[in-house]
Amino acid sequence: MTVGRDDSLNEKLTALLLEREVEDFLVREAALLDEWRLDDWLDLFTEDARYMVPATDMPTADPKETLAIINDDMARLRGRVERLKSRHAHREFPWSRTRRFVTNVRIKDINGEEIHANASFLVYRIRSGHVDPLIGSYVYTLRRVAGLLKIAARKAVLDLEALRPHGTLSIIL
Amino acid sequence: MNLKELIDEDRCGGVFRVHRSAFTSAEIAALEQENIFKRCWLYLGHDSELPNAGDFRRRTVAGQPLFWVRGSDGQARVFYNSCTHWGANVCRVDEGNAELFQCFYHAWTFNNKGELVSVPDEAGYGEGFHKQAMGLASPPRVDNYRGLYFVSFNRDAEDLISYLGDAKEYIDLILDQAEEGWRIVPGTQKYSVRANWKMFSLNSLDSYHVRPLHSTFFKYTESLGSGDPPPAPPTEFPGPQGRSLSLRNGHGVDIFPSLARARPIAHWHPILGEESKEEIRKRRARLVEKFGEERAYLMCNTNRLMLIYPNFALHDIAGVSLRYFEPVGDEYMEVTVQTLAPHGESAGLLNRRLENFLSFLGPGGFAHPDDIEAMESAQLGFRAGGPDWVDTSRGMQRESTALDELHVRAFWRQWHANILGYAKADRHHDSVDGGQGISKDTAE
Repeated sequence: MTVGRDDSLNEKLTALLLEREVEDFLVREAALLDEWRLDDWLDLFTEDARYMVPATDMPTADPKETLAIINDDMARLRGRVERLKSRHAHREFPWSRTRRFVTNVRIKDINGEEIHANASFLVYRIRSGHVDPLIGSYVYTLRRVAGLLKIAARKAVLDLEALRPHGTLSIIL
Repeated sequence: MNLKELIDEDRCGGVFRVHRSAFTSAEIAALEQENIFKRCWLYLGHDSELPNAGDFRRRTVAGQPLFWVRGSDGQARVFYNSCTHWGANVCRVDEGNAELFQCFYHAWTFNNKGELVSVPDEAGYGEGFHKQAMGLASPPRVDNYRGLYFVSFNRDAEDLISYLGDAKEYIDLILDQAEEGWRIVPGTQKYSVRANWKMFSLNSLDSYHVRPLHSTFFKYTESLGSGDPPPAPPTEFPGPQGRSLSLRNGHGVDIFPSLARARPIAHWHPILGEESKEEIRKRRARLVEKFGEERAYLMCNTNRLMLIYPNFALHDIAGVSLRYFEPVGDEYMEVTVQTLAPHGESAGLLNRRLENFLSFLGPGGFAHPDDIEAMESAQLGFRAGGPDWVDTSRGMQRESTALDELHVRAFWRQWHANILGYAKADRHHDSVDGGQGISKDTAE
C-alpha cells in the first residue's frame, strides 16, 4: 500500500460525495416545485441569485443584452412566487400538475465555495387536457453558505425550438 | 351561417356584435386565408435584422416558407424557400450569412441575389432550359416603411404606404423616439396559442381587460415604489381616459397616458434603475427640443397598443414589442415576438429595458400568460355553444376612451368586407365618432 493510492481514493470519495450531494439537492428542489412548495423553494436561493430562461433561438446568450423568456433577480422571483400563490395568476389557477425528471448531473467546475453543475431536465406540465413536455438542461451555480448548498444562479436552457404548442412558461421551469 | 349576417350592427341603437362562428368555423378560416392572408400586406421583419451583405433570416408568412436576404449588392430581397428545381428548402437554418445557397438535394446553387449560378451536369439539359429564368422566386410585392418590411402575395395590392393609412403617423410616433435609429434586439420569443388568430389581434387592442386580468402585474410594479410624477399634459389629446381610434383599413390604436409607469423612452420608474435616470431624462429633453412639448409628451408619456391589420401588433408600452401571429387552422396560432431598442443605448438601460419588457410581456411575464389563458378559455367557450354573439359595442355612443372598442369595430368592419370578397370596408369608424386623433387634434 502506498500513501498515493490512499490519497487518490480520498479524492475520488470526496468527488463522489459532492456529486451525490448535488444530485440529492437537485432532486429535492424538483420535488419542492412539483409539490408547489414555492416559499420553501425560494429559501434555497442566495440574495444575489438569478433565475433565467433564455429565448429558444439564443440559448447561450446573456439576457442582459438579448430578449430572453425569463430573467429574474430575487425581487422579481419573489414577485413571481407571490403571483403564482395568488388566485389571480390565471394561467396557473388552478395550478397545473408537473412532474420533473432531473438527470445526467455533472459537476463542471469547483471554484472556492462555488460549484458549477449542469443537469438535463424533462418537465411535464399537465393541465386543461394537455400534456406539454419541456426539455432542456439546467446550468447551476451553487454556493456553500454556512455548510449548506444554495442556488446563486439557475438557468434553464430549453432544447425546444419554440414554446409550441405550450404557449407559455407559466410554471417555474 | 350566412356570411352577410356574421356582423349585426345597428348604429342608432348602439348594437355591434359578431357571430361566434367567426372564431370556430373552418370554412371561415379557409376564406380568411384566401381573402385576407393572400391579399393584405403582412409584416416580415425589420431592416436591422440584415445589417450586412449576405445576412439572411428564415421566415414563415401566411404559411409560406420564405427567406429574406441582403444580397452582395446591398439590396434586401425575399424569396420563397424552395429550390426552383425539385422544391426543397434552399435555406435550412433560421439565420446566418451566406454568399451562396446550395440546395442539398441536387446541388443547384443560387447566389444571395437569387440567381441560379450553378447546375451540376448542366449540359444534360436541352435548349428549353434557361438558367437565367430559374432564379429563386419572390412574393409579388415586398416593400418597407422606415425599415419595417412587409410582403404581399397579392400582385394588385395597393401601395404599402397607402395600405398603412393613418397607422403611419403612429409608427412615426414610435420610430421618431430614437434619433439614432432602432435595432431588433437579438432573441425571439416564439410561442403559440390554442385559439383563433383574431383573439390575438383583438386582445392586442383591448385595454378593458387590463385591470381585471392583470392585477398581479400591477401589484408587483406598485410594490417597487413610484416613478417620476407624470407631467401635466400639454395637449387635449388623448385626454385622461385615452382614446381608441380607427386608423383606416382595419388598423387601430389604443392610446392613453402612461402616468407614472415606466417607459424606457422616456419616463423614469424604479424598475428602470437609479443609474438610468439621467439617460432617460436627457432623452426626454432632447425630444422636447426636437419635436416640441406636445409631440414629446405623446412619445414619452402615452402608451400605444397598435394593430396593423390583420396580424401585426406593434406595442409601445413597457418597451416596444413587435408581435406577429399566424393562423394554423381555425383554433391554433403561432406567435413570434421581438423587441426594438435604440442603437447605442447604454448597456445598463438596455438591460433594464429588457427586464421591464419581461416583467409584463412574453410567455414568461407577469401578465401575458394570463392573456393566453383568456384567449384559450374564450376559444373553449365559443366552441361550447350557447350564446351566438360576441358584443363589441363598448363606447359606440360616446366619444371613445381607451377602454372602448372603436378600433375593434374598425377591425371587424374591414374583416367582414374581406370575408365578403371586398378589398375595403365602406366605413371604418362609428358614425358617432369620426375623431381621428393625432392628425386632427394635435397637428401643428
